[in-house]
Amino acid sequence: MSTHTPAQAHTHFAEAASERRDFAAIARWIATGAKVLDLGCGDGALLGYLRDTLNVRGYGVERADANVLACVKNGVNVIQMDLEAGLSGFEAQSFDVVILSQTLQAMHNTEGIVMDMLRVGKEAVVTFPNFGYWRHRIQLIAGNMPVSRNLPYQWYDTPNVHLCTISDFDNFCRDHNIRVTERLVLTDGKPVSVLPNILGSLAMYRLGNNT
Amino acid sequence: MSELSSVGIVAPQTAHFSEPLTLKCGAVLPAYDLVFETYGTLNADKSNAVLICHALSGTHHVAGKYREDDKYPGWWDNMIGPGKPLDTNRFFVIGVNNLGGCSGSTGPRTIHPATGKPWGSTFPVVTVDDWVASQARLADYLGIDCFAAIVGGSLGGMQALQWALTYPDRVKNALVIAAAPNLTAQNMAFNEVARQAIITDPEFYGGDYYEHNVVPRRGLRIARMLGHITYLSDDAMGAKFGRKMKHNEIKYSFDVEFEMESYLRYQGDKFAETFDANTYLRMTRALDYFDPAVEFNGDLSAALAKAKADFLVVSFTSDWRFSTERSREIVKALLDNELTVSYAELTAAHGHDAFLMPDPHYHAVVRAYLENIEFGGAK
Repeated sequence: MSTHTPAQAHTHFAEAASERRDFAAIARWIATGAKVLDLGCGDGALLGYLRDTLNVRGYGVERADANVLACVKNGVNVIQMDLEAGLSGFEAQSFDVVILSQTLQAMHNTEGIVMDMLRVGKEAVVTFPNFGYWRHRIQLIAGNMPVSRNLPYQWYDTPNVHLCTISDFDNFCRDHNIRVTERLVLTDGKPVSVLPNILGSLAMYRLGNNT
Repeated sequence: MSELSSVGIVAPQTAHFSEPLTLKCGAVLPAYDLVFETYGTLNADKSNAVLICHALSGTHHVAGKYREDDKYPGWWDNMIGPGKPLDTNRFFVIGVNNLGGCSGSTGPRTIHPATGKPWGSTFPVVTVDDWVASQARLADYLGIDCFAAIVGGSLGGMQALQWALTYPDRVKNALVIAAAPNLTAQNMAFNEVARQAIITDPEFYGGDYYEHNVVPRRGLRIARMLGHITYLSDDAMGAKFGRKMKHNEIKYSFDVEFEMESYLRYQGDKFAETFDANTYLRMTRALDYFDPAVEFNGDLSAALAKAKADFLVVSFTSDWRFSTERSREIVKALLDNELTVSYAELTAAHGHDAFLMPDPHYHAVVRAYLENIEFGGAK
């Protein structure tokens, strides 16, 4: 839902090139023809990409009118609703994959949505900006709230309310009995394997139920 | 580039059907007429047809005017026309008056050929299923095998949904706007009050008022006044009237004191002049009885398993008579069947009437959806 404001929609298009690399990374975790639910789907670009490359059957969830309209224009199925209300409109295990792409940090009901994703989906993919990224740490040490490509907001106008580090999310998954099947950390679209919680700017998790 | 304009001067047509139609209630209509209008041009392979289903008080006169100096155009003129969201440069649009109506199609006011008198109380109680069946015959009459889209708001949206269930291969897209999978008890209760107002009017005569040369105007008027309240939101009425007084001082009487009363009385009077009370009874009953899930033990997902169409479902936040929750039930059932569906929950102040309003975002969503509809030969 951080993708909801016009400001961020603009950013989204400006960074289309790097975002495509996110798309490609997400796509690697999704099977051809899978049934996919993209939460906070923006203008439907990811679903459009997955449809064109993997022939997925996709549905998006969006709150913002402008994005819902964009999805309809792009021929992407979109359900207009507020994620904060949960996913009660979706049956348990009715999707192969539920995606929450760079929206986690803007959710109030963070805990609830991740658990609901794993109820509705056989798998979940969660991506978020790593608050522990070294550029963020330096800005904090210098005395200011971080502003970066992945966190393009000033502290007073940010939609982000639940920022976390990779280490935080690892702990979250452990505490909630969520199985992390794969994790990929990117900076400028390139994988980061050394000191990911410091050198990685974007975290991507592939999650499953621990049962 | 197409300009946003009117379909211009239009004229209704009448299709006569001499093959009997067995209704859901068991009664048989030996023959009947449907009055309809069309806008735009049917393409060579007849794949660009769109059917508009009307709501409780709607008619076949959806767009355009009959004469230049008509005060008002058809009831959905802001949606339909050259360059409008439902673009008649591209689509062939059909408006039809439903069976049991009072605008030209066979209904209670029609003269029964066997008796030479109006059908009146003997006109059967028609259902959404019956309308869809009769509309399918109109499609046959026009040579249309499959509709590019069927569009309706409110009771019209119920017909669009029913079309997708009864004739899954005859509708490519269903636009279900401000509708519900069935009425709630509260919603049916409003219908019952409206019907009681009509039925207890001394001039109702059990539905055979025509032969007494009267109409149950008082009942119909109250029914309409009640309806109007429920079609608007509290906020919309507040914005329109608030507590504005009709006169400068309080008169301590039961005459019109507040502007709102004046408006309701005017709407009631206007409606009672033209609309038929027997039709009103039947339209509200069609609403009450609509419930595709009932044959599936209330399982709407099972009921919608037959559908093949793509769907656009639209609801309006301030609509409390057909609330957003009810549209979400439809959406969930469509999702359960993995159908292609988009759902727009529009922020609107006008209540149920919002589906008739020219809200730019609402129209943009409908336009975007319809523009993506492809049909053979006419791309």
